[in-house]
Amino acid sequence: MASTAPPTVGTGSDADDLGLSPDVLRQMYEEMLLTRLLDERMLQLNRIGKAPFVISCQGQEAAQIGAAFALDKDKDWFLPYYRDLAICIHAGMTARDIMLNLFAKPDDPNSGGRQMPGHYGSRKLRIVTGSSPVATQLLHATGVAYAAKLRREDSVAYTSVGEGGTSTGDFHEALNFAAIHKLPVLFFVENNQYAISVPMEKQMAVERVADRARGYGLPGVTVDGTDVFATFRAVREAADRARRGDGPTLVEAMVQRFQPHSGDDDDKYRSREEVAALRERDPLVLFRQALEERGVLDAARVAELTGRIRAEIDAATDYGEAAREMDPATLEAHVFAKYEVRSTKYEQGTK
Amino acid sequence: MPAKTIVEAVHDGLREEMARDERVILLGEDVGFKGGVFKVSVGLMDEFGPERVVDTPLAESGIVGTAIGAAINGLLPVAEIQFADFIHPAMDQIMNEAAKIRYRSNGDFGCPIVIRAPFGGGIHGALYHSQSVEALFAHIPGLKVVIPSNPYDAKGLLKAAIRDPDPVMFFEHKRTYRLFRQEIPDEDYTVPIGPLRIAREGDDLTVIAYGLMLHYALEAAETVAKEGISVEIVDLRTLVPLDKETILGSVKKTGKALVVHEDTRTGGFGGEIAAIIAEEAFEFLDGPVRRLTGPDVPAMPFSKALEHEFMPNPERIAQAMRDLAAY
Repeated sequence: MASTAPPTVGTGSDADDLGLSPDVLRQMYEEMLLTRLLDERMLQLNRIGKAPFVISCQGQEAAQIGAAFALDKDKDWFLPYYRDLAICIHAGMTARDIMLNLFAKPDDPNSGGRQMPGHYGSRKLRIVTGSSPVATQLLHATGVAYAAKLRREDSVAYTSVGEGGTSTGDFHEALNFAAIHKLPVLFFVENNQYAISVPMEKQMAVERVADRARGYGLPGVTVDGTDVFATFRAVREAADRARRGDGPTLVEAMVQRFQPHSGDDDDKYRSREEVAALRERDPLVLFRQALEERGVLDAARVAELTGRIRAEIDAATDYGEAAREMDPATLEAHVFAKYEVRSTKYEQGTK
Repeated sequence: MPAKTIVEAVHDGLREEMARDERVILLGEDVGFKGGVFKVSVGLMDEFGPERVVDTPLAESGIVGTAIGAAINGLLPVAEIQFADFIHPAMDQIMNEAAKIRYRSNGDFGCPIVIRAPFGGGIHGALYHSQSVEALFAHIPGLKVVIPSNPYDAKGLLKAAIRDPDPVMFFEHKRTYRLFRQEIPDEDYTVPIGPLRIAREGDDLTVIAYGLMLHYALEAAETVAKEGISVEIVDLRTLVPLDKETILGSVKKTGKALVVHEDTRTGGFGGEIAAIIAEEAFEFLDGPVRRLTGPDVPAMPFSKALEHEFMPNPERIAQAMRDLAAY
């Protein structure tokens, strides 16, 4: 991919100092595989007409898994964007939760059947509810971090956005405010070089999104987002910096978008050759190879894992599909926490 | 009881809530060191510190978006938009985020923020320091919309808004800020969001108004009373949630209704009131439901003559009262 900038932070070759145990590495792979297979299943369900909307994260899983494992899901906050399936899987979403969301069923923990797939949220999992307008969540992360800093809490707010979202005003306003107050925020940009159909060069005149960070007075780094270790290292350094009180960091992960923007996109703005070439650096394959070289994973283990995850996804699909539909009577629920107009019985007169 | 202006009452409401609950913070442009361009928050940064009274960058979406995030993480932010005219860059954060957070999360998250903004004309503020924006927000389910017209309500409604678990738009008519004083209690009290107030009792027709127009309507009612026309006035201090019962109760008694607002006519809140009266009190009406509003021009001009032409005033309201009474 010609427009993929070279990484500025170490790659997988120097990963041995990261302190990731074989168990953790296998866990990373398992979550990455679950993300990929779940994503594939959702696309299938969309194509056969069972799911009206899908938005894929294929090609971006390494960046997300690297970032997710560099954070502390017990005390950090996640303010993801719509492709962050792996982030939410790591935070605790299950295949069943994702399928309930896909089919818009009542037990969908994200929104109770109200939001499109990919619009995550769960207070229990510290995933802040998100919307479709891009980059609005960056300001929420700034506010979440402001509250954490005010209470002197050890907590980092992770928020992510595509490179297209960095053109918005909210991106500017969030980075500016976070830098002024040295807030514990991690701005994670998943740069897949396309905002639906619009390529990088029509989105910004700078070579890298990370170049923008300097303008706000915060550090910006670019990493190879197909490399779990490189992303983990960059995000851990950024999170450490935030925890030390040194403020926010922008981490730009160069990733690839294997699929069209969404289930409704024809992807005709890219040549098939270009899209096929992306697969040469499939993050799932690269990570598996890296783990096999380290002796952490072997073919038998991958096969066993794949079978188990496929069964889990099959069960989740069936469960989601079979789950009862939303009760139409709930349409007006949760507009307000309380909405009562105790009339003054207008005869009561003044005050 | 001390006599306070609206601006002092808002100040006192903020100060008392900040003292009462350390989760309350203020953010906005010039709210800290300067104490706000209208001096609403004067002294609060000294008392509560710069972490709780935040002089923000000049960025309205940022003010509201940051307030939303802080609310999600346990604070009770009060965001000030310096003039209602400047609220529009924050519209996405207000409409797509604050208003929808509870609904879209199936009640898992709430958004307990208050967004305060001075609005309205009559101060030579021209196009961008005179706008009335309340109808835009009243149209958005998920937002409460409050407009106090006297110091007692300003303090009591603000305190209720800060304690409310949902986003509240709190609009203060800037021409009323120092218009008059009213004795209000020094101690803690709230005015519930919702119930409307009968500002004047009468029998011949009902006028529904808020903000500065409420005072102009009271003045007009005094004038026509001398001519034998008895006017009842409903202070529409909460637009959402709407206390229909009080409006309908009054209209059923008088049989006639006039809505007065300074906001432009088409799509203004007066249309909503008129529709409710038509739907639910039709058989009680002795005349058409009328509106006296700002004209459908883009905004209020700077020229004294044009500003005067734009604004409903006591004379015009009195004439509208006479016309409707005679119908």
